[in-house]
Amino acid sequence: MAETVTADKFIDISNEVCPMSFVLTKLALEELEDGQVLELICGAGEPVRNISIQLKDEGQTIISVKKEGEKHFRLQIKKND
Amino acid sequence: MSDAKVKPKKAMKISVDHNLDENVKKKIAVSADIQGKNEKGKIDLGSLKSGGFIKQRQKDKFTVRLRCPGGRMPVEKLKQVAESAAKFGGKYVHFTVRQSLEIPYVDYHNFTPLIDELKSVGQDVASCGPRVRVPNACGGCEYNPNGLTDAAKIADIVNEKFFGMRTAHKFKSSFSACPIDCMRSTEADLGLMGAVYPKWTEENCTGCTICASACTEDAIKAHPETGKPIFKADNCVYCADCVRACPTFSWAAEKTGHNLRVGGRHGRHPLGATMVARFLTDEEAITAIEATIKWYQKAGEDKGRIRIGQILREDGQMGSYMKALEAAVGPEKLVKDPAPPTLTYVSR
Repeated sequence: MAETVTADKFIDISNEVCPMSFVLTKLALEELEDGQVLELICGAGEPVRNISIQLKDEGQTIISVKKEGEKHFRLQIKKND
Repeated sequence: MSDAKVKPKKAMKISVDHNLDENVKKKIAVSADIQGKNEKGKIDLGSLKSGGFIKQRQKDKFTVRLRCPGGRMPVEKLKQVAESAAKFGGKYVHFTVRQSLEIPYVDYHNFTPLIDELKSVGQDVASCGPRVRVPNACGGCEYNPNGLTDAAKIADIVNEKFFGMRTAHKFKSSFSACPIDCMRSTEADLGLMGAVYPKWTEENCTGCTICASACTEDAIKAHPETGKPIFKADNCVYCADCVRACPTFSWAAEKTGHNLRVGGRHGRHPLGATMVARFLTDEEAITAIEATIKWYQKAGEDKGRIRIGQILREDGQMGSYMKALEAAVGPEKLVKDPAPPTLTYVSR
């Protein structure tokens, strides 16, 4: 997860819980074209676990993961239609 | 709290309502108002033998418990149930704690027409009393993202093969598809819990530490420099959160299966079930369930109403059970010398 690119859209869902985190991520991805990159910040632990599972299930590609302090993760997701 | 072995219950003749014996096929004539016609009808006792008709406080009224394995009811059946409940029952239906739907306030004169209506859509009545009860299950892996095993399928098979079999006391089974254990399989006479043994391969791992963050059991720590996982297998509860969360598929399921527990119960003297086998396949799980029921039938003979967990707490019985289990599924997946079920508390 080394490559970090300039994201096309950014959302901060670190204060959201399911299902809002799910819906906001979905809506953000819907605004992007195939191949564009979404960057998001979410909470460590269950939130990042759920986001990761969700994105994998949908066939999205997580291109970079960075831990931000102890409490947050910054993810970059390349949209696959 | 003392957890000393309980003294075996004084042996007593098993209490059996003769009407519930397997071969009862008699009909009794009652004066009944059947489907609006005030004519003499017959109640088929054969159809009542597995129970599921529970006497209410109200005169002549019974609660009719429906058989809903895994807590599922196809919507076509539900339509008929709603219609029949409106016709023969009261103003509401009741969802039992074990996932059955009950129709209260049914007059016993209406048993036969109610059963017939329900039968027209293949809806059976459940059981009560000393027998194998309707198996419970969660949504399983079909639609629940946490599900690791097909708990609902196991419930269907158990319902098909073992439902209603006579045992010393009630025998409740409950199947959870993951260690979150919504179905409380640890409190059932027999419980399965879906489990995955995770395996990490370094090849694609980028050290992103999501797995360490996703693991709530302290089974995965991220290496302070590389971020790569350090797995402490002893802490793992086999939930597969790491497998599902890993963005690069570096964690995978090495083994997937059912962890088997026996001897749990709730009630006035609740028992915590004991784990006896791990990572059983679907087929092995069914074989193990059959072996458990058969062992319970034999071990419970002439002991009166005694649950399998109570028997397992008697001297030597745990070993006897494990031998029966080994004969059924082989030794590899069995827990070595498991402790008997433990008394969790006494309600007093």
